[in-house]
Amino acid sequence: MRVVANSLILHVRPARVPAKALRYTHTFGLGGMALVLFLMLISTGVLMVFVYEPSPERAYQSILFMQQETLFGRLIRGIHYWSANLLIGVAVLHMLRVFLTGAFHGPRQSNWTIGLSVLFLILLSGFTGYLLPWDQISYWAITICTEMMGYLPGFGQTLQRVILGGTEIGSATVINFYALHTIVVPFLLAMLMTWHFWRVRLAGGVVVPRDPGDDSSAGTDYVPFIPDLLVRETAVALILIAFVLVVAMVFGAPLGEPANPGVSPNPAKAPWYFLGFQELLLHFHPLFAVFIIPLLVAIALLGVPHLRYDADLSGNWFLSAKGRRMAAVAAGTALLLTPLWILVDEFFVGPAGWLPGAAPVISNGLLPCGALAAGAVAFYMLLKKYFSASKNETVQALFVLFLVGFALLTITGVWFRGEGMALVWPWQM
Amino acid sequence: MADVDKPRRNFLSRIVWALGSLAVLEAGWIAASFVGARRRKASTGEGEGVHVAGPVEQFEAGTVTAFREGEFYLARLKDGGFLALHRKCTHLGCTVPWVPDEQRFACPCHASAFDIRGDVLNAPAPRALDLFPVRIENGIVIVDTSTPIRRAAFEAQQVTRV
Repeated sequence: MRVVANSLILHVRPARVPAKALRYTHTFGLGGMALVLFLMLISTGVLMVFVYEPSPERAYQSILFMQQETLFGRLIRGIHYWSANLLIGVAVLHMLRVFLTGAFHGPRQSNWTIGLSVLFLILLSGFTGYLLPWDQISYWAITICTEMMGYLPGFGQTLQRVILGGTEIGSATVINFYALHTIVVPFLLAMLMTWHFWRVRLAGGVVVPRDPGDDSSAGTDYVPFIPDLLVRETAVALILIAFVLVVAMVFGAPLGEPANPGVSPNPAKAPWYFLGFQELLLHFHPLFAVFIIPLLVAIALLGVPHLRYDADLSGNWFLSAKGRRMAAVAAGTALLLTPLWILVDEFFVGPAGWLPGAAPVISNGLLPCGALAAGAVAFYMLLKKYFSASKNETVQALFVLFLVGFALLTITGVWFRGEGMALVWPWQM
Repeated sequence: MADVDKPRRNFLSRIVWALGSLAVLEAGWIAASFVGARRRKASTGEGEGVHVAGPVEQFEAGTVTAFREGEFYLARLKDGGFLALHRKCTHLGCTVPWVPDEQRFACPCHASAFDIRGDVLNAPAPRALDLFPVRIENGIVIVDTSTPIRRAAFEAQQVTRV
């Protein structure tokens, strides 16, 4: 039995792995954690499909039935909810780990792109699942998100109508989201994840940490996959499962009042992972907040492995000691400037107030975005010169700058926006 | 292999590609029309979305009446003209309640505000509230809510007069 199991495992996993790659703090096991969460989502999701009824009239009732009259129903929905939210966080951290250890060079270039597609599908999965409980939170969050899509130039309203299956959220929307959430997206995710894992195998496993001056291939010690890596992976998986179970038991999954299209809650917020964009919408013209800025971010992310770098630095966190210092400077700058920008825009007149004659697209879009871009370029040049750093390290610092900035926007949206989206302290909400 | 075969192979492989792409297009078209049929069915109902609001005298000048199931407000302007306003904020789609004391629609989500004609009083809303066509037959106000009409701002010809 054991022999059969072992040889089955070795069909998908390598027989031997580099000893250095086992160090937990090298990867934090984030990729494996994402897989465990995905499997938990599939198993709880399949169960819920048997109870959930995808229609505006029945959806909320079926969730109530699931919570109140089904054995372990509350727990199963809680596991699904918390796994989904954790998965988004874990997937983003995994991307961050891959970026900060430089694991996107050479044979891993295409896997970076596949990984980004997986991240996009995870977000889509969260978004389509958000509507299904049909409570006030979900109804208005999806209203806000689909209205944000309506601002996309040219095709926005068509896209909105296709997604909603009409002009308003209704039974066609629930069916669309249900079909995407339970069949299309999970299927695509499973395929892309398989491809992702296979590309990791092709690249010879995770990127191997190396000390300065090390030759990348020479003198690497190998250890058998069973038991050395298998035991570690199993331990991480079990701890994660236990954690999700405890959180699901203690907090469960939230369920608000049934959806009421006549009354908007105040404030009405998008799902937390899109609140960074909703926050952008408070500061920039919609064309920039929901189209140009996200488009530039997507291009920048896709371009990461294809820039011309000075060196193929990979394997070490933050590339080098200098890279670490520069990343810290970038994070500090973002921590200082992002709240400052938000406060200035909130309490003092923004550029729109100084230029009352100009069109909002310019005064509230082009101008602040141009200033932001110029600031980023200046930051890049200054940092490169001051640290006399390589392109790898400077690009990394810029990435950290924007990532920390966006994280702060998301945090502001989640905890510091109260009634009418005015700034408040979290304990006043 | 003889070079004579090469053009033939190229030709054949091109045919395979062309037929393959055609098959993909066909499958896409079938899928789109299969899913799209549902929307056509929903939107072709005759007379659907037509609401009889009531006799003209029922609405006083300078008042706003909410119609829950039609999802619109019937505004009668000071000069006696009628406007049917969509209740959806043009910023991010929240439902705007009418506040009679302040004579304005105030959005709870991002503090947009609109006057009785649906014009923007307060950003971030980018344009005036959407309209529904209003007609008056034999002194009865009738509103067609099947498709909202987008507009930038209020204009005099949008008003239906008795």
